[in-house]
Amino acid sequence: MSAARLARRRVGDVAFKAFCWVVTGLALIALAAILWSLLVQGFGGLNLDIFIKSTPAPGSPGGLANAIVGSIMMCVLAMVLALVIGILAGTWLAEYGGRSRYGSVVRFLNDVLLSAPSILVGLFVYELLVAPFHGFSGFAGSVALALLAVPVITRTTEDVLLLQSSTLREAGVALGAPLSFIIRQVLWRSARSGLLTGALLAFARISGETAPLLFTALNNQFFSVDLRHPTANLSVVIFTYALSAYDDWRRLAWAGALLIAGTVLAVTIVARIVAQEQKRS
Amino acid sequence: MSDAALPAAGQSARRSRPKGAFIGQIFEGLCFAAATTLMVALGGIIASLVIGGWPALSKFGVGFLFSAAWNPVTDAYGAAGPIVGTLITAALALILSLPIAGGVAFFLTELCPAPLRRPIGTAVELLAGIPSIVYGMWGLFVFAPLFAKFIQLPLMSAAKPGSLLETLTTGIPNGSGILPASIILAIMILPFMAATLRELLLTVPAAVRESAYGLGATTAEVVLSVTLPYVRSGAIGAVMLGLGRALGETMAVTFIIGNSHAFPKSLFDSGSTIASTIANEFTEATSPVHTAALIALGLVLFLITFSVLGVARLMLRKQGAKL
Repeated sequence: MSAARLARRRVGDVAFKAFCWVVTGLALIALAAILWSLLVQGFGGLNLDIFIKSTPAPGSPGGLANAIVGSIMMCVLAMVLALVIGILAGTWLAEYGGRSRYGSVVRFLNDVLLSAPSILVGLFVYELLVAPFHGFSGFAGSVALALLAVPVITRTTEDVLLLQSSTLREAGVALGAPLSFIIRQVLWRSARSGLLTGALLAFARISGETAPLLFTALNNQFFSVDLRHPTANLSVVIFTYALSAYDDWRRLAWAGALLIAGTVLAVTIVARIVAQEQKRS
Repeated sequence: MSDAALPAAGQSARRSRPKGAFIGQIFEGLCFAAATTLMVALGGIIASLVIGGWPALSKFGVGFLFSAAWNPVTDAYGAAGPIVGTLITAALALILSLPIAGGVAFFLTELCPAPLRRPIGTAVELLAGIPSIVYGMWGLFVFAPLFAKFIQLPLMSAAKPGSLLETLTTGIPNGSGILPASIILAIMILPFMAATLRELLLTVPAAVRESAYGLGATTAEVVLSVTLPYVRSGAIGAVMLGLGRALGETMAVTFIIGNSHAFPKSLFDSGSTIASTIANEFTEATSPVHTAALIALGLVLFLITFSVLGVARLMLRKQGAKL
């Protein structure tokens, strides 16, 4: 091999390595800059009022209490709906019909739904629950969020059930237990932490969603726990307040964004820890 | 493995069915119903978009896709502006983001010092989960002023009249527009694509990499000619997933694209995407045709993203990757 060719390969290699170092540095700096301004601006607006007062008119003091409560209510209801449907659907894919033609169609569509634009889910729920009943409602918001969470839970449920060793199933069958009993009493139990991980990831996904709530839950300036009416929620409040011209509203928007991002990060970290524990045991 | 097969092996022909058999059937039915719900949901999305958008589609016909008129006063709507805006921003975001995401993934799998590997990898994965509204706010309040001051103004004053650069940079230097929106989108899909690519590269068997090094290949050659081709179809799938995200993203774009429905004339001109148009106007739609036009826009977005995501999933499945 000629010396010139060797030199060219070396130069190419050094250039490649330098490129990787530089872009990784750039990427980390950009992402750190985003987190940094989130922390600085968010903590600047964070105080006790955020948690005990409702969203104010511009110029008067207030907080985000109604939005926080609304967000929690909608997310919890959405998670309940999504867990029931997602775990059952994932179980069907893993234990009953996953190998059939219909099963592979369902799996494919689930994967597509997993990354479908959330604003389209919002439009769908608007047509389904808002337009026919002539009113935005927190309930419609929950359904939209549930639709986003279901594919995540279905996917993880199928994956963790397939990871359970077949000796568990065989032992159950040998004892004369019906398959449905084995699934509920043995497989779900041994896959518990995996199911929990999936639920946490789904929760992290929906707690930051804004687009599907814009025209389902809408917003509500006052404190309310009635999901039959428009319900305040953090992400829509952040959206409207950030685009407003008032400094105090923008401060609230930053504080809200910090709350949401913090929640998502915390939940994701917990999910990862749970998954690690599972791998170890 | 089914419940009915079990009692057949019993010694007595008249043995009663086990207690759980009936419950078992109900349970299987429930599971089946849940799986079918998924199909119904997707079908429902298509049906609702077609039905809701029909008044606009039937009124404007195929011209809806090609007209750039968007005028709530005269009730004339054409989707060309938002469609072009969506495609341009997503494509630009992908072009900007792909080399960087690749670089990060290669760095993490080949170059990174061992003690930093896990922390940086974890950080990238965590950042992939940050809600997009945070990226949007940062774009509006932090990025846009800096972009206007340090990039837009110098470029616009450096551009010679009549040159290509001048055509590309006309607009109001306020930090919002097509290019800033694409950059924010690129930053948003970066952690996601980097994390996915990294995961794929980690599936390459150590023996494959090691034998390439053993033959005397440089790091660049190992990555570009051995490990990357090894995960080729998975990598294409991952990139398409990133593209799907960029196409359908709402919040990161709405803040900074400027929201005008006209055809974008330059990189700094304000524009709109399908998602940002829907987000901005849906609750304030002035007439039934306006609402229908927005839903028809949603249908267009659905068709675009569905085909991109479909291809992405098929490529990933070919790789046998679980992502």
